Amino acid sequence: MRLAVRKTYKLYIGGKFPRSESGRTYVADGDNVALASRKDARDAVVAARAAQGGWAGATAYNRGQVLYRVAEMVEARRAEFTALGVPGAELDVAVDRWVWYAGWSDKIAQVAGGANPVAGPFFNISAPEPTGVVAVVAPAGLLGLVSVIAPAIVTGNTAVVLAADPQIAITLAEVFATSDVPGGVVNILTGRYAETAPWLAAHADVNALDLTGVEHPDLAAELERAAAGTLKRVIRPATGPVDFTADPGLKPMTALLETKTVWHPKGY
Amino acid sequence: MFEYAPAPESRSVVSIDSSYGLFIDGAFDPAKEGGTFKTVNPASEEVLAEVATAGPEDVDRAVAAARRAFGPWSALPGPERAKYLFRIARIIQERSRELAVLESLDNGKPIKESRDVDLPLVAAHFFYYAGWADKLAYAGFGPDPRPIGVAGQVIPWNFPLLMLAWKIAPALATGNTVVLKPAETTPLSALFFADVCRQAELPPGVVNIVTGAGDTGAYLVAHPDVDKVAFTGSTDVGREIARTVAGTGKRLSLELGGKAANIVFDDAPIDQAVEGIVNGIFFNQGHVCCAGSRLLVQESIFDQLMESLKRRMATLRVGDPLDKNTDIGAINSAAQLARITELSEIGGQEGAERWSPPCELPDRGFWFAPTIFTGVTQAHRIAREEIFGPVLSVLTFRTPAEAVEKANNTPYGLSAGIWTEKGSRILAVADKLRAGVVWANTFNKFDPASPFGGYKESGYGREGGRHGLEAYLA
Repeated sequence: MRLAVRKTYKLYIGGKFPRSESGRTYVADGDNVALASRKDARDAVVAARAAQGGWAGATAYNRGQVLYRVAEMVEARRAEFTALGVPGAELDVAVDRWVWYAGWSDKIAQVAGGANPVAGPFFNISAPEPTGVVAVVAPAGLLGLVSVIAPAIVTGNTAVVLAADPQIAITLAEVFATSDVPGGVVNILTGRYAETAPWLAAHADVNALDLTGVEHPDLAAELERAAAGTLKRVIRPATGPVDFTADPGLKPMTALLETKTVWHPKGY
Repeated sequence: MFEYAPAPESRSVVSIDSSYGLFIDGAFDPAKEGGTFKTVNPASEEVLAEVATAGPEDVDRAVAAARRAFGPWSALPGPERAKYLFRIARIIQERSRELAVLESLDNGKPIKESRDVDLPLVAAHFFYYAGWADKLAYAGFGPDPRPIGVAGQVIPWNFPLLMLAWKIAPALATGNTVVLKPAETTPLSALFFADVCRQAELPPGVVNIVTGAGDTGAYLVAHPDVDKVAFTGSTDVGREIARTVAGTGKRLSLELGGKAANIVFDDAPIDQAVEGIVNGIFFNQGHVCCAGSRLLVQESIFDQLMESLKRRMATLRVGDPLDKNTDIGAINSAAQLARITELSEIGGQEGAERWSPPCELPDRGFWFAPTIFTGVTQAHRIAREEIFGPVLSVLTFRTPAEAVEKANNTPYGLSAGIWTEKGSRILAVADKLRAGVVWANTFNKFDPASPFGGYKESGYGREGGRHGLEAYLA
């Protein structure tokens, strides 16, 4: 009889799978999982910052291709996600949602930007740009995870994600690692978000904070207050349950975009 | 330089009462809690009027009036709401001479700027957003856009009426009602605007104006029945407001400070660049959040550019704001003058070289000569902190990459300028600058159709254009 080879679920930082620098682990559903520390969170921000310029500088076409490749790889790992308890229907929506976002990479600038008809001899154009490094407290489930990561990165941001379901999140990280997503674009930390999120909320090199997965209003308020110190953009948690199968609209993307307007004189 | 004869604009077009109450529910009303303060002409220190200080009870009344008005106002068909805004825009055009003189009296800005920049833009903003009121479903924020509710708006003293227009026009167009607090040193044009609303027969409670200082603003921002907070002002106050609003679910938009880099490359048209630099930092006495307060000059043209800049600065006329030939008016308040003076002294202490053209300042009022500092490094406080006055810090660079690096080396990200004849360089540098507005071969241009707002600690949200609607739609 053959003994199965068990997997240790480690963190995903800068395209690599390190253990927590603290050496801590915890057991989730029988698996050993890394318990991220404050230092891991800071390392993840460093990785996300390092990757941000290159990722934002990639062409929108290229980013779309990379995201589509992620969808292919999730599809290919159906069995693994199913074994982790992701229902088939949710998996379908998650893959389709990822494909949907992949297609937005080269369209969001046209929808959210454009030429402004100003009075006077000027060419005036507005275009959306990534906000930078986004810290995300992810909601549970594969679909929840996809629904916060895809809109953040399709627009050129990089993300530090505090995951709710560690095995699902790290399996998704393995997808990223094999999908031409540059290292550092998505970084995933597992453990207790109440421990790591305050450091990210106050971190001066994090530009935006997505609190979608925060379940406790008091913690959400505390994180939002911490974010005020550097005037971070904050996506607040919904007041009721969120239906991630519904059309998300543009808001998850536009909330993480800045608008840059360039003026140029016109004349002979 | 030859002298111009005085060409003062007449004060007779505006009649200022000796005292003003609060504008709540369509009527002027003394503050229930009794306080008043004086607003002065910063050019002469003459008291213009006494204005009510709104206390908590007054803010409560104003928010309650806005809440009562919200139902019917938001239910009004878009085309009808639009007509009110069009009416307001027209009345502003018709009263623009009066409002321009009033603004220059209360704020100290030159009449040629209030007359030719502020007022036309104020009217244009109401016209622009009036047209959106019946087209919101086409604005790209979903098929069924809804107003948020009662908006509490706090605005600064540098463009009192223009900031009011930026706040009130999109709020009303989208069906919200507002309680607005103007700055304590410049409350008058907002109170005159209240009269414009009455003339337009705007329903009572749709626009409420509460005057007062920081306490009044803080109370308004924290009011539990305010659904949306909009603030323009300093980054420090913005941070405080963000903390206050945290956890309440209130929507928030902030337009905060800046420390814009105005980058001049060696191939720039020097005379145009000099005009742009002067406009960038000396427009409105430098009381502009997006002022080009850090001049980055390519080293090879430094001497030539500084010579032209100094020659041009020597022609700036500082003095009576109501004189049509005045380029630089009065500093808005004694407190602001003290801050500008302090930071400028620190600039000298930290080793930067200070220069001002010879210019005679009036002996009454608050004045500061246009000033430049050369030999400034990125570590100097005058290169890092917003001075909000007619003070320019000059730095140099050698390569475009260095220019971008220095330009972005600030927690702010509101605006930037690029001067070069090379189009490809404009586009490449504009791409790399972390700023919400980039002016290429021009500076300080504004338009209601054009979104304005900052990256990083310059705040969040955009005002103006289609983007400006988002802050007021649920």
